[in-house]
Amino acid sequence: MSTSRKSPAVFDYAPAPESRAIVDLRPSYGLFIDGEFVDGHGQSFKSISPSTEEVLAEVCAADATDVDTAVKAARRAYNRTWSRLPPAERGKYLFRIARILQERSRELAVLESLDNGKPIRESRDVDIPLVAAYFFYYAGWADKLAYAGYGPDPKPLGVAAQVIPWNFPLLMLAWKIAPALAAGNTVVLKPAETTPLTALLFAEICQQADLPPGVVNIITGAGDTGRALVEHPDVDKIAFTGSTDVGRQIAVSAAGTRKKLTLELGGKAANIVFDDAPIDQAVEGIVNGIFFNQGHVCCAGSRLLVQESVAEEVNFSLRRRLKTLRVGDPLDKNTDIGAINSAEQLKRIRELSDVGEQEGAVRWSPPCDIPDRGFWFPPTIFTEVSPAHRIAREEIFGPVLSVLTFRTPDEAVAKANNTPYGLSAGIWTDKGSRILAIASKLRAGVVWANTFNRFDPTSPFGGYKESGYGREGGRHGLSAYLASNEDGS
Amino acid sequence: MRAPPRPPPRPWRLDSSIVAAPTLDTALPAETAAPGYLDATRDNAALRAFLHGLPGVDQVGVEARVATLSTRSIKTTAKAWAIDMAIGLIDLTTLEGADTPGRVASLCAKARRPDPSDPSCPSTAAVCVYGDLVPYAVEALSGSGIHIAAVATAFPSGRASREVKIADVQDAVRAGADEIDMVIDRGAFLSGRYYDVFDEIVAVKQACGGAHLKVILETGELATYDNVRRASWLAMLAGGDFIKTSTGKVSPAATLPVTLVMLEAVRDFAEATGRRIGMKPAGGIRTTKDAVKYLVMINETTGPDWLTPDLFRFGASGLLNDLLLQRHKLTTGHYSGPDYVTVD
Repeated sequence: MSTSRKSPAVFDYAPAPESRAIVDLRPSYGLFIDGEFVDGHGQSFKSISPSTEEVLAEVCAADATDVDTAVKAARRAYNRTWSRLPPAERGKYLFRIARILQERSRELAVLESLDNGKPIRESRDVDIPLVAAYFFYYAGWADKLAYAGYGPDPKPLGVAAQVIPWNFPLLMLAWKIAPALAAGNTVVLKPAETTPLTALLFAEICQQADLPPGVVNIITGAGDTGRALVEHPDVDKIAFTGSTDVGRQIAVSAAGTRKKLTLELGGKAANIVFDDAPIDQAVEGIVNGIFFNQGHVCCAGSRLLVQESVAEEVNFSLRRRLKTLRVGDPLDKNTDIGAINSAEQLKRIRELSDVGEQEGAVRWSPPCDIPDRGFWFPPTIFTEVSPAHRIAREEIFGPVLSVLTFRTPDEAVAKANNTPYGLSAGIWTDKGSRILAIASKLRAGVVWANTFNRFDPTSPFGGYKESGYGREGGRHGLSAYLASNEDGS
Repeated sequence: MRAPPRPPPRPWRLDSSIVAAPTLDTALPAETAAPGYLDATRDNAALRAFLHGLPGVDQVGVEARVATLSTRSIKTTAKAWAIDMAIGLIDLTTLEGADTPGRVASLCAKARRPDPSDPSCPSTAAVCVYGDLVPYAVEALSGSGIHIAAVATAFPSGRASREVKIADVQDAVRAGADEIDMVIDRGAFLSGRYYDVFDEIVAVKQACGGAHLKVILETGELATYDNVRRASWLAMLAGGDFIKTSTGKVSPAATLPVTLVMLEAVRDFAEATGRRIGMKPAGGIRTTKDAVKYLVMINETTGPDWLTPDLFRFGASGLLNDLLLQRHKLTTGHYSGPDYVTVD
């Protein structure tokens, strides 16, 4: 066609940064114990922004005496107020917190992206809305526990010690605190040492909601603080989300005690694409499965299993799609992939990726500009991966996908289950009967069909095998915080 | 209807067993057929097998992708670029029973100079009118380089005999239209008579001569995304130069998910055949914000090569004024108002 006008240079998206001004960070933070911020006795540490390495705030570390103070405060609050409140009153506090979370969602999203490195699009559209949704959901359960299927008058456990990871700092807090409080427990929560800031902002929200002192205590610190907390003798319940190694240590320490334990650990999920899958949407699901949150997702679809007859197409489409991913400033609204959370994590991702290459897998990344400062890793695909390769077996916890192929449904199931983990899996096919048949054979706690990494407060979440035990979310998530008949209460 | 024994080929991976060299005795003019697909378009059974062999579209997935793409934040310089680009991609349209030569003339004047106060404002790509009004558009647009599109083939329903449709096309082309917007026979498509639809597009394309053919799928009547993808391939295989969502007379008209499915078909067709087909969402696109979402979608689906009036158009009328208002805002720093842009 003889149209004279030619399109000028490419469509360059101008920077669209979300303003930081909405976040009012203090230079330093204490521990949140008994409704107040107090100084800790441990060595204080700095929380940095992984995208710039800039220091955001100085944070106290809690030592064993601080942990003891926090647990005592939680015990006092449990005995004197929280367990005596009418359940509907507990619900009111949770609804109030949920509403404040929504009102302050922008502030929380910006702070989450600053402290964690995840893109603002995800913290704004996924993390924070889900945080509010979990609080709303469990607020509704507070006065309906008799109908949850755990007996006519289920009782809380007491004081819950909760230790959460850095990948979804505030969302993991919501998964832990909302059901615990709804069931009538009080909590001492330790956020990860690299991402404590939104938990501390949540502490301010508890103050704003007039939550009785001691019901929620937030103590910061590293592994030692976490160990002191879970080993404290006056803790009735331990909930941990994090690595399988630490989970194992906690299970050992809790063995032979009265403490009830739930663990949500690592994963190496298979995302299975059959030849009749809606390919374009499957490619989106693969991208969302492994590159969502830089792959810092315990249920990430890190092993792609593609039927051989469509492997070439899927690989081609996947690479084309990866070229459109935008890596960079987490606060830019157009960023798809943000920063790796810490130097330590970046080192592990690099190491395992190098091992993948040494073992003979083919490594590919799209061309992308990586910022000079901060911790970054480009989205990466490994093809020609064999099930024996370390990158097909070990959790990388980064934006690295291992692609394997299969020929028959049985082979797909066998390969998907051939892992010590069992947290999640995905199935892509247009055939409903196949979804049901395969899902029932997969040993994974969550099986997504024609979607991936979708979370909902009504749905239980948890693992098989080395991915842990116990369920969080939904009606099932309540049982972790209620005394069952076997507990003798 | 029984499918042929051989499984249908995946569209973007040419199966050598079905590739036939174009021959002179085929029913298709060589330049309109997609070489390599002659066997797939041989008869209704082959077409059906081919179209139903295309990968399915997952509704939830395609709508989720659109929702993510719609969060792209296009500001400052990017927005200014996008507004000028969008203006230059418009097929400025009037398709009303009450259209007159006078209305067409004023529409053409607006297409030439959308913003009389600012000569730097680009003109639109084309005007789009009913066939009988083409001569007035030709007169009003002479020397401007703006294309003249005419709707034809018993637009918008397409319910007329083949002879009437062809005559409609020939009439518009004779009058000077260099682009023809035809409608497909949705009744035939929905009842599985794919070959009838295909054959008709081929016939219309022949009647177009040198004029470019846009094939309107009327996606609002096809209802499912699977049907949209199949109709897109059908229209491209039959030789359409553009595929277009809607007549604007049926609701829903253009939507972002439908456009995404069609753009994916365009992208895959280009990958398979090397031929670049254009895309035209039409109807229901009224705001700058909407238009920018479409541009983002092209940029990240087919790639920026499609950001040219040769390969992308907006079928719209009201959209232009909103683009002009936003353009004023970027130039002057404040919003003007509806009285600062011309009514048509």
